[in-house]
Amino acid sequence: MLRITGGKVYDPANGINGEIREICICDGRIVPEVEGGRTIDATGMVIFPGGVDVHTHVAGAALNFARAMIPEDHRRNQPFVRTQVRRGGIGGATPTTYVTGYLYAGLGYTTVNEAAVPVLSARHTHEELRDTPIVDKACCVLMANNEILLDLLEAGEKEKAQHVAAWNIWSAKAYGVKAVNPGGITAWKWGKDAKSLNDPIPGYKTITPRQIIKGLADIVDSLGLPHPLHLHCNNLGAPGNCTTTLETMKLLEGNRAHLAHLQYHAYGGDDWFTMRSEAARIAEEFNANPNLTTDAGAVLFGNTVTITADGPWQHLLYKLTGHKWGNLDVENETGCGVVPYTYKEKNLVNAVQWAVGLELLLLIKDPWRIFLTTDHPNGAAFWRYPEIIHLLMNADFRREQLKRLAPKALKRIYLPELNREYTLYEIAIITSAGPARALGLPHKGHLGVGADADVAIYNESKDIPHMFAYPRYVIKAGEVVIEEGEIRKTVEGKGILVQPSYDQKVESYIRPLFQQYYTMSFDNYPVEMERIEHPDLRPCKQPRA
Amino acid sequence: MSKTIFTLKERPHVPLETEVLSPDVIASLKHAEVEALPVFLGKRQYRLADFFAIEGDGSEELEIHGDVGRVKWIGRAMTRGRITIHGDAGMHLGAHMKGGTIEVQGNASDWIGAEMKGGLIRVAGSAGGQVGAAYRGSTSGMSGGTILVGGSAGLELGMRMRRGTIVVQGVVRDFAGLQMKGGTIVLLSGAEVRTGAWMVRGTIVSFTPLRLLPTFSYACTCNPIFLRLYARHLQTLGVSFPSAPEAGFYRRYTGDGAVPGKGEILIWHPQQ
Repeated sequence: MLRITGGKVYDPANGINGEIREICICDGRIVPEVEGGRTIDATGMVIFPGGVDVHTHVAGAALNFARAMIPEDHRRNQPFVRTQVRRGGIGGATPTTYVTGYLYAGLGYTTVNEAAVPVLSARHTHEELRDTPIVDKACCVLMANNEILLDLLEAGEKEKAQHVAAWNIWSAKAYGVKAVNPGGITAWKWGKDAKSLNDPIPGYKTITPRQIIKGLADIVDSLGLPHPLHLHCNNLGAPGNCTTTLETMKLLEGNRAHLAHLQYHAYGGDDWFTMRSEAARIAEEFNANPNLTTDAGAVLFGNTVTITADGPWQHLLYKLTGHKWGNLDVENETGCGVVPYTYKEKNLVNAVQWAVGLELLLLIKDPWRIFLTTDHPNGAAFWRYPEIIHLLMNADFRREQLKRLAPKALKRIYLPELNREYTLYEIAIITSAGPARALGLPHKGHLGVGADADVAIYNESKDIPHMFAYPRYVIKAGEVVIEEGEIRKTVEGKGILVQPSYDQKVESYIRPLFQQYYTMSFDNYPVEMERIEHPDLRPCKQPRA
Repeated sequence: MSKTIFTLKERPHVPLETEVLSPDVIASLKHAEVEALPVFLGKRQYRLADFFAIEGDGSEELEIHGDVGRVKWIGRAMTRGRITIHGDAGMHLGAHMKGGTIEVQGNASDWIGAEMKGGLIRVAGSAGGQVGAAYRGSTSGMSGGTILVGGSAGLELGMRMRRGTIVVQGVVRDFAGLQMKGGTIVLLSGAEVRTGAWMVRGTIVSFTPLRLLPTFSYACTCNPIFLRLYARHLQTLGVSFPSAPEAGFYRRYTGDGAVPGKGEILIWHPQQ
């Protein structure tokens, strides 16, 4: 039992904006009142619901591949030394599993969504997630380049495709469906890409990225998954890709969807020399489509490593930078590329990218529909979120930072004209309440009675980056895990998943395909329920008729 | 100028890590403080005085006696002063160093001057592998400074080096200048195979014929002026080229075409 008194509460889901309220916790949940137990005096502090990261890459084969590729990053970063309550590890662009949990909790984040899991490596992903302490974990299974599914969509067998998709979700013990560069990774296996929504993809006769996106969005809505289709649009990172993004938004009318890391999809220009921000056009169209949510995928300057299932893009990035490059082929399902990268202020392209992330956060009017992410670790490591919060809350600081950019870049961006400053209330929305709602987690992202007792308490301060980087207390499921900047306790988080309904007979359709095409036997493929530590099985909505 | 003298009591049975043996750390310390500096034998922490008899207060000039072939990281990241080792030196000697001088009177082990930025390392005997190289994963090795080796050197000499100079008197083993991005390697007695593999830029000079990779192509025969300047500069460090510039030409090969790269290998060709 725990009582928090005297703090200013920011709980946007319940409309509470900085009022001094008492928060009571019992058995891991928020309750109306408690008797006895510990009391935390939060006078002079602000109380947020625990942070929710809607899109991050913290576990799995691709991330491990990246970890192995950047020993130089491990050497640069301060090691975490083992203590009584904490295991050893290392931070940096791709922290080790345990340290990932410590660093997220150290920011006041208590729930994360691992955004890209192939079924084929789902077991490995869950094992790493199990070793990621404190935070609750959900994951999205990659589906837009799954050849069994594409064959069915091409043949027009929508119903069977839906059963296969549901079977895949349950086999991966996933929470949602992710689509990465629909058709593009399949095309990459032919050395090509899917740049237009309307051209048939290489290796297929008729199916186009448009049909894949629409097909998957329909499937996700029909299955009634709590989280809509999580879409990484085609043409990521390419100059002039805003037309593809705008087309995709139009295509999704009538469906729910979450557009991942929108920053990477909001560029104008014809090539790298003329690339410019199209954040204004993208934001305008986005504002008009209430069926969509998005996350920023913001970029910060410095070293990081880019990891995505988008194999063709990573090959291009390797050709552009001459840096290290890793490429994985995930059989019939997807691919993966890894390229370490440094974002530089004086690089025109990087300066535009930096600005676009912030512009989208400032130009999209409804904070309930755009969330704070860096597409960790692609734009920057998640533990740098406080730097972005600082940029959002302080227009003068932003203007100061603009001076560091390549002067040419200033003509290509909208940021110098934007004066909006985020309030603490809005920060609580984009870091917690909004993403929890978009993920369809009614017990997360708020401090109302019945919610999970995930709470972050910060010292109220003008030094925004310091305030958000060092919470005074972090409470996870009612346990005080961080106190005075120290890890006090490392609880285990839950594994959040769904079990959509499907016709069991679909297995007899998939089994022979498996024996023909996969290197793994069918019976070894689905992840067993026993692999999920502390499962939190969420209900699907009533399937749409 | 005062000196601090270290004498190894006994050769350790596992490697001893002594990055504290650097003028930057020691210069301002009193004798007792130098003795108390932390070192690691395997995973256990000890005091420097547990392994070395130490004479004098801290200074910018360190003299090390005894067989320190199993003592790693001497002079790590040093920026000034001088270290003289009267014997063999262990791995990672002068790694990340920015300035000052290290002199080894015996042989040195692997990774000496790895990722160094400046300063001078002079080894009278032979050196191990990865001299002036990039650590695994890093994109570039030494980016400045000079390494002079009196004997031979091991594999991957100057791997991914970006700037600086390495001169080796003896024969160098395989993969000298592997993935080199700049800087100069001078091989006074040549090298074994795959010299300059994957090199993108930079210069390798050899005074004996080399077995070149097929991805290097002959460009021209020349006698570059800059090599005379280099020769004059190296003479001030006590290294002389075996032939006078008038006595012949260099055959210039460019590559590595497999990358493709714009590096050059200059092979001395005495005039008949």
